[in-house]
Amino acid sequence: MSIISVRDLVVEYDGRRVLDGLNLDIEPGQITVLLGGSGSGKSTLLRQILGLEHPKSGSISIKGTDITHCSEADLNKVRRSIGVAFQSAALFNSLSLEDNVALTLREHTALAPSIIDLIVWLKLAVVGLADFGKLHPQELSGGMKKRAAVARALAMDPEILVLDEPSAGLDPIVAAELDELILFLKETFQITALVVTHELDSAFRIADRIAMLFDGKLLAVGTKDELRANQHPRVRQFLNRVPANPVHTPALASYLGRYVQSQEAQP
Amino acid sequence: MANVFERAGRETLSQLDYVGSLNIQLWATLRAMRKALPLIGNRHRWHAAVHQMLDIGVEALPMVALLAMCSGFILAMQGASELRRFGALHYVIDLVALGFTRELAPLLTAVAVSGRSGSAFAAEIGTMKVTEEIDALKVMAFEPVEFVLAPKYLAALVVVPCLSIVAGLSGILAGGLFMFFSTHLGLPLYFRYVLTSIELRDVVAGMIKSLAFATIITHVGCLEGLRVRGGPDAVGRSTTTAVVRSTFLVIIADAIFTTIFYFVGKT
Repeated sequence: MSIISVRDLVVEYDGRRVLDGLNLDIEPGQITVLLGGSGSGKSTLLRQILGLEHPKSGSISIKGTDITHCSEADLNKVRRSIGVAFQSAALFNSLSLEDNVALTLREHTALAPSIIDLIVWLKLAVVGLADFGKLHPQELSGGMKKRAAVARALAMDPEILVLDEPSAGLDPIVAAELDELILFLKETFQITALVVTHELDSAFRIADRIAMLFDGKLLAVGTKDELRANQHPRVRQFLNRVPANPVHTPALASYLGRYVQSQEAQP
Repeated sequence: MANVFERAGRETLSQLDYVGSLNIQLWATLRAMRKALPLIGNRHRWHAAVHQMLDIGVEALPMVALLAMCSGFILAMQGASELRRFGALHYVIDLVALGFTRELAPLLTAVAVSGRSGSAFAAEIGTMKVTEEIDALKVMAFEPVEFVLAPKYLAALVVVPCLSIVAGLSGILAGGLFMFFSTHLGLPLYFRYVLTSIELRDVVAGMIKSLAFATIITHVGCLEGLRVRGGPDAVGRSTTTAVVRSTFLVIIADAIFTTIFYFVGKT
């Protein structure tokens, strides 16, 4: 029984079809990586799954609730079991790191303040930021912000963790640390994770299943080995990093040569 | 020719769309406002509202008072230079007292608050939009209208009329000082004249106006913030639009209210 299932999802922006009849099942306790180039519809699919936008048609059900046709109250109930770390971290700039992590605990639970402090400390310790709780987001480096966003996503012990481009813009060491963290969370908490990325190394390190998006459609879904064996030209192109519109070097060289000649010909 | 009609139609539709969004936002905020009230609401929202009250009200107090005193002097001097020719210098008292309670105190306060706080609302919410903080609020099962807008609106409704009272007192005091220096009329006697010329109806009219102005400034500022699409440059543009639109709408509303009070007062 899949925990998230997307059925025939169609999304259009101003008549332009961004997702075209997409089907995807995400199994509990697994790390599913959503792979795809820029503009392939990854972020759109993510926003749909989080209920931030409404699709043109199709449905998405999370833990048995159809979030495209449910009330705001039901949607919020579903959202409490999802932790999200946004691409830009999206930490609240007016709050300290501790308060950022504590926000949902303070407002959605009736826990005592001392318990909340303990949970916040634990979550920050998991991502290695236990000593930085008093700092504000603008005082942190990019990598620390991303990790803090993961800590905030973990605050309510979610069943589903959604990470949007966790390693984009990070140096390889921090990106690798983040990968290890995601694997650690899966092993320790049996968390279901949906990770959106376009970094191949990271994807093949952490994924149980990889779904590859292209032009609003799912090109391939499967384990790492199944994807490596996939012979679809677009999949091969993505995995082997072949440019789609290669610059024609001989043509460019002859063009430049002619330009130089014409410049020299002038007195 | 068709082009002109086309453009006029499109412009009209976009303005109607704006007014419609403003209305929807106003009702949504009013519905969420119960949560921001002390004792019966959510105490975190009430704390935020108190914070906003300090920000919108207390910090603007010196500026509004000084602004009103200068305007009081200007009004008294301009009035005196004409009224003196008819030997009717004592009418300056009525001019300043009525002018400030009915008209200038709410209007000056509105202009000051729209410049200080209306722009700040647009910038704050616009930045939250750009950095995905609004989306983060939604996926953390918070209602942005309740979380961000309701405390601001509550604070403005409490604080703008208070500021308006301070502005009225400052302006009338400035008129008294002018009368003292030009005709040696004692301040106690001046205030007794002021009290005889003002009726309760004038004070109520001024308060109604300042409540309406507070509504316009908060909602235009917040709506401009929420309509931000794109990057940091859009935030900058939204703050400018917030100030221009709210000042414009405040003056339109003032004209409407003054007309209503004029005809109601005649009967």
